[in-house]
Amino acid sequence: MTLAAARIDTGDTAWLLAATALVLLMTPGLALFYGGMVRAKSVLNMLMMSFVSIALVTVVWLTAGYSLVFGQDAFGGLIGGLRHAGMAGIGPDSVQGTVPTLLFATFQLTFAIITAALISGAVADRAKFGAWLVFVPVWALLVYVPVAHWVWGPGGWIREGLGALDFAGGMPVEITSGASGLALCLVLGPRLGFKKDAMRPHNLPMVMLGAGLLWFGWFGFNAGSALGANGLAAAAFLNTLTAGCTGLLGWLLVEQRRDGHPTTLGAASGAVAGLVAITPSCGSVSLLGALAVGLAAGVVCSYAVSWKFKFDYDDSLDVVGVHLVGGVIGTLLIGVFAVHGMTGGVEGLLYGGGLGQLGRQLVGVLAVGSYAFAATYGIGRLLDRLIGLRADEEHEQNGLDLTVHAESAYDHGVLGHGAPVSSSLPTAQKVKHQA
Amino acid sequence: MKLITAVVKPHRLDEVKTALQELGVHGLTVTEASGYGRQRGHTEVYRGAEYRVDLVPKIRIEVVVEDADADAVIDAVVKAAQTGKIGDGKVWSVPVETVVRVRTGERGPDAL
Repeated sequence: MTLAAARIDTGDTAWLLAATALVLLMTPGLALFYGGMVRAKSVLNMLMMSFVSIALVTVVWLTAGYSLVFGQDAFGGLIGGLRHAGMAGIGPDSVQGTVPTLLFATFQLTFAIITAALISGAVADRAKFGAWLVFVPVWALLVYVPVAHWVWGPGGWIREGLGALDFAGGMPVEITSGASGLALCLVLGPRLGFKKDAMRPHNLPMVMLGAGLLWFGWFGFNAGSALGANGLAAAAFLNTLTAGCTGLLGWLLVEQRRDGHPTTLGAASGAVAGLVAITPSCGSVSLLGALAVGLAAGVVCSYAVSWKFKFDYDDSLDVVGVHLVGGVIGTLLIGVFAVHGMTGGVEGLLYGGGLGQLGRQLVGVLAVGSYAFAATYGIGRLLDRLIGLRADEEHEQNGLDLTVHAESAYDHGVLGHGAPVSSSLPTAQKVKHQA
Repeated sequence: MKLITAVVKPHRLDEVKTALQELGVHGLTVTEASGYGRQRGHTEVYRGAEYRVDLVPKIRIEVVVEDADADAVIDAVVKAAQTGKIGDGKVWSVPVETVVRVRTGERGPDAL
């Protein structure tokens, strides 16, 4: 006990306490980011899907999730054991690395929370709220938990067998949420009026505020993943700032050339795309690498968000276009830009490391992406059959805020409608989308 | 009596109001309106998806005046609302049978 207590580094612990709070703030930030993008009639429902994820995933994580991810490997690198279920055997004196195990577990919990919340963007405006309350815990246990064990858990096969790198969650967070979002939006089907009605963001300042909070919290996400207050944390911190900037610039550049206007939604989306891509790579690339990773994500994701119109899947708020695509870009580019000075060994293609690491990253991407997609699709189909995942058509038309939560987000109308009548009128039509 | 209705660009409201006050018009009703004429709408782009917004925000001004004043009021509204660009709006008038002041019960021109 005293030996263990002596191994706690107070500097590391102080930083990780702060980082944990930062990452938790990302989920309310995401709620605002998403909430501003939906129509005024379902903004509260959008916010709620994120907020309940905090509560649901926390319960799942502390009862079983943490143990299954970070407990001793129980089955061939695929899943951890249940020895620490209910945080059994872990107390204030338990130590993980140089920080208290309880803090390490809480830090990791905040990652699981936001990953579940991210999926909600793909099913905006039409998911049955009760079904979401069932989906989140089931999904966390069956999808997030195994993937996180593969990538970060002791004996996890991607980390130890394969040797793919993922510093802060390109695979468990970004690719898993993106592939799961794709699966779930296919199960649910498109929103009524998809590709016909205008589904304009109802509050872009709210989107910008959300993007700002996400960026702020992302410093905890990425620099906190160094699990210490040290040089690696500082490098990851700087890479995080850098990639968000080049992502923003890349997206705006495309918009200016393609659409003729640099938009606020583009700036917010570009920054997030850059941050997504640097998430796996912030601990393995140099500053120049981070510039390139962010720029690549900003440019590619600005096109990827249009794929849903071409291939007919209503990924409403672009979880696929930003998180799946950005996560794949960032995870793969480790194989190109990894430098010895950051990784302590692994070098990417550009630094003479050959194609080996790129190949390992690709295997990780494919394995995580296809597992998350297939498992989520299966869970989605099953729950749809058992309890129904899709909200009533009438609820969807009138807005989930009123029909599910019995609330209105805004008291604009003098007649007591809450939302102005005009917000539910078809005031615009969709005329074109970029291919 | 005549009911004069003007649908004009929102930023011309102050000019129209001032012009009507100068003419001695005692009251008016203003509502926010949406619509389009020849101006049609505009396009907006969100994440590369282009939306055409047909309905343009407008201000609808209504005043009831005596028959003799109608032409002067219409001219004043047109002059005040005009920018010379497409989308300036419309002004029209229709006859009014009765007007009652709710507070006093006065009827006809006395109620104006």
